[in-house]
Amino acid sequence: MTKEKEKYLIDGEKGKWEVVIGLEVHAQISSNSKLFSGSSTKFGAEPNTQVSLVDSAFPGMLPVINEFCVQQAIKTGLGLNAKINSYSVFDRKNYFYADLPQGYQISQYKNPIVGEGKITLDLPNGTKTIGIERLHLEQDAGKSIHDLDPSNTYVDLNRSGVALMEIVSKPDLSSPDEVNAYIKKLRSIMRYLGTCDGNMQEGSLRADVNVSVRKEGNKELGTRCEIKNVNSIKFMQMAIIYEAQRQVELLEAGKSIDQETRLFDTKKNETRSMRSKEDAHDYRYFPDPDLLPLNLNKELIENIKKNLPELPDQKKERFIKDYSLTVYEANVLVSEKEISDYFEEVVKTSDIKLSKNWIMGDLFASLNEKNISISQSLVTAKKMAQLVDAISSGIVSGRTAKEVFEIMIESGEEPNKIIESKGLQQKSDPKELEKIIEKILSDNKDKVEQYKSGKDKLFGFFVGQVMKISSGKANPQLVNQILKDKLKK
Amino acid sequence: MSDLTKKSLTEIVSLIKKKEIKSEEVTNLFIKNIKNDKKLNSFITNCNDNAVKKAKNFDKNPKLDTLLPGIPIAVKDLFCTKGVKTTAGSKMLNNFIPNYESTITKNLWNEGAFLLGKLNCDEYAMGSSNETSFFGNVMNPVAENTVPGGSSGGSASALTANLTPTTIGTDTGGSIRQPASFTGTVGLKPTYGLCSRWGIVAFASSLDQAGPMTKTVEDCALMLEAMAGFDEKDSTSINKKKENYSKNLTNNIKGLKIGIPKEYRVDGMPKEIDKLWENGKKILKESGAEIIDISLPNTKYALPTYYIVAPAEASSNLARYDGVKYGFRSNKGTNLIEMYENTRSEGFGDEVKRRILIGTYVLSSGYYDAYYIKAQKVRQLIKNDFDESFKKVDAILTPSTPSTAFKIGEKKNDPISMYLNDIFTVPVNLAGIPAISIPAGTDNNNYPLGLQLIGKTLDEQKLLNIAFAAEKKINFKQNLNRWWEK
Repeated sequence: MTKEKEKYLIDGEKGKWEVVIGLEVHAQISSNSKLFSGSSTKFGAEPNTQVSLVDSAFPGMLPVINEFCVQQAIKTGLGLNAKINSYSVFDRKNYFYADLPQGYQISQYKNPIVGEGKITLDLPNGTKTIGIERLHLEQDAGKSIHDLDPSNTYVDLNRSGVALMEIVSKPDLSSPDEVNAYIKKLRSIMRYLGTCDGNMQEGSLRADVNVSVRKEGNKELGTRCEIKNVNSIKFMQMAIIYEAQRQVELLEAGKSIDQETRLFDTKKNETRSMRSKEDAHDYRYFPDPDLLPLNLNKELIENIKKNLPELPDQKKERFIKDYSLTVYEANVLVSEKEISDYFEEVVKTSDIKLSKNWIMGDLFASLNEKNISISQSLVTAKKMAQLVDAISSGIVSGRTAKEVFEIMIESGEEPNKIIESKGLQQKSDPKELEKIIEKILSDNKDKVEQYKSGKDKLFGFFVGQVMKISSGKANPQLVNQILKDKLKK
Repeated sequence: MSDLTKKSLTEIVSLIKKKEIKSEEVTNLFIKNIKNDKKLNSFITNCNDNAVKKAKNFDKNPKLDTLLPGIPIAVKDLFCTKGVKTTAGSKMLNNFIPNYESTITKNLWNEGAFLLGKLNCDEYAMGSSNETSFFGNVMNPVAENTVPGGSSGGSASALTANLTPTTIGTDTGGSIRQPASFTGTVGLKPTYGLCSRWGIVAFASSLDQAGPMTKTVEDCALMLEAMAGFDEKDSTSINKKKENYSKNLTNNIKGLKIGIPKEYRVDGMPKEIDKLWENGKKILKESGAEIIDISLPNTKYALPTYYIVAPAEASSNLARYDGVKYGFRSNKGTNLIEMYENTRSEGFGDEVKRRILIGTYVLSSGYYDAYYIKAQKVRQLIKNDFDESFKKVDAILTPSTPSTAFKIGEKKNDPISMYLNDIFTVPVNLAGIPAISIPAGTDNNNYPLGLQLIGKTLDEQKLLNIAFAAEKKINFKQNLNRWWEK
């Protein structure tokens, strides 16, 4: 019953339709130099300043594989629980375009470096495993800039030759939400591994989205359309929703789907045909004779495996076990390596429950509000730990702590300094508190009588009075304790 | 020393080392010959003034402990030379001046040599007669209006006419050995990977290999020594220790086994070639080698295989000449596709276009398996044939070409007959093994003919030794009337 509810279905005129989605993610490898040349890969440089003779395909220039990029691909493959192929081949994918200097892209076609693997998604209703078909290495093309001049196209080759991993999923995704979870998980794994920074604004992560629909319960795959080069999760989701609806409408009208490549227009929120199957490029793939096949020795793979960092799934298990977190909390805290590192640094010294609540509560809210990442926050893990300690040792109350935190996120000041300079320490001297309480009790004798005759609710009134007189700085636990004692007598 | 330019490279090096002659004198004598040449058309670019400057610099402070001290060398115009136009014989690169130096030429300059000029060749090294060059056909010094062979035709011609003391070419299917055979000179195609391809305009990457073209086997050993070496910029370069080919050169070939493949006796081959081949066997036998009949059964598939593999790679290698970045760009056309079409239509010659079309066809979907994959399989069979044979023999003796130099225009419109010229040389490229062509005699017209010695992978030394022994006994003499100076 509930399972049916979870399913993402499109309500057509003539019934319900399932959506089948597969992604080809292009992830830029974190590497200082390009896949086959020594040029820098730094983002944002002046156009055509990071271009070697190889990148611009001068006569007689030859590619030489960047071994670091190979290791990054192996690392990523291992992170995706995938088979690493000890033998792989670089092929040429031939086509003409102004930003493709060689007239071909060096890629891997029949023999990719990484074979089948899988990714586990944590969804609201549990986990789902998405199959990985393959991961292969390839070069990026340059960039054509059409809007600088009315009659000319400008070409920037800085990106030409930059190393990409193309990660192809099986058609296991069935909703925009799953696509969101998949991209986030993939990105998180690669960021943990340090193999791709996953920066979508800078184009480090883009995807071709394959979409098809089928009648609910049907096991056969429908004809798919490929939506090219979508560069944000939001756009991927919008494109899928539009495309699935388009296909359902066509099918319900008795028409068929043309297998074709489509573009997503982000302004109009629609996909449109780019080229049909008949017009599909014949890329004339063949093994690049300038490069020898890649033969990886076992030791290299084993060595990389041995030195793999803890990945999100393992960390999640450990967090649940070591810190008694719920699955939800663990998922949130391991989603980004920076967040999990932050959390672990805070709880190294401080109370787990308080730390967790403060990070997932006030801290996350402030990050959202400021639209910054945890590493950009002025509230460092050390400062957060200090604040949590101040609460757990009774120096400030939770309420005062919020006041302190507000100052911290703006100024980055240490909480202890804020507490001291603003005189926010709790009054925790029992004798001092006793004096205040005795005065309140003697000023409100009638209320004391009422309380003693059974009006328990008045206890809150007395606490309120203490807080009022102490300007909220009285240690609430102590106040409770002393009040109870006094009222018994 | 008026006929110094007739001397071998080794002799000239020796005279310079003994300080009997200066580099400048040598250079000026070759430049004089170059200037006297009115008809060969072997040069695309002259570097006379720069060469003299380099020679003078050398003489001021002669460094004599190198392999090629103060030697001017003209090279095939397929090698990129820093600051000097590099055309590959094509209109497409008629304005292209690289700002980098090919590894092979750099190796030569590091050994004391300097650039004398850039030599004509078939367009992108595609041709067997030097008739496809945008810069016009080259003539063979052997006789007016005959072709020098190709694609390294300008190199063979310039060497034979004493316009350069030595030269280098590239050999994808016979482009060094066939012109060497046609001009009575020595040409070696080394093991694939022995000489770096970095900075050489690519034709077919898995077959291209640079090699020396010289007057004598001794010169050939010296040049190979200067050229060969591991280059980390070429992923297909072989990482091995340098060898002293010239120092270890010997004519003692006693006990070596020489294979004679029966498949190289082809129909319609002139009798003279058969005679020379027989003579070659006799000479090697006299030198103490043993002659063994062998079979290379897949030889007949070599040419069709070659004409699938080479054009396939070429069609992709030449995609970069699109008018966008460098070289020729047509000013016709109003969009990118039209610019491509016009640039490539106007910039490439017919033979290059033919091979791009063949290559594009054999790689296209639906034909790839039937042509390209099949060709790769046959290529392996051809290689296996050689591997099997080399279990029995040290080297293989064959004619270099099925004919002597032909007339300009004779085969220009008959590509198949032109391609057949490479029938004895292409199997070697497909197998990636070394082979050398040495002059073996002449035909009735007094046109030279070559014999080819094929060796095992990286067995260049042995090949050179056998060639050295044979050369001594054959004692071939050029007999040129220098008609091109008239």
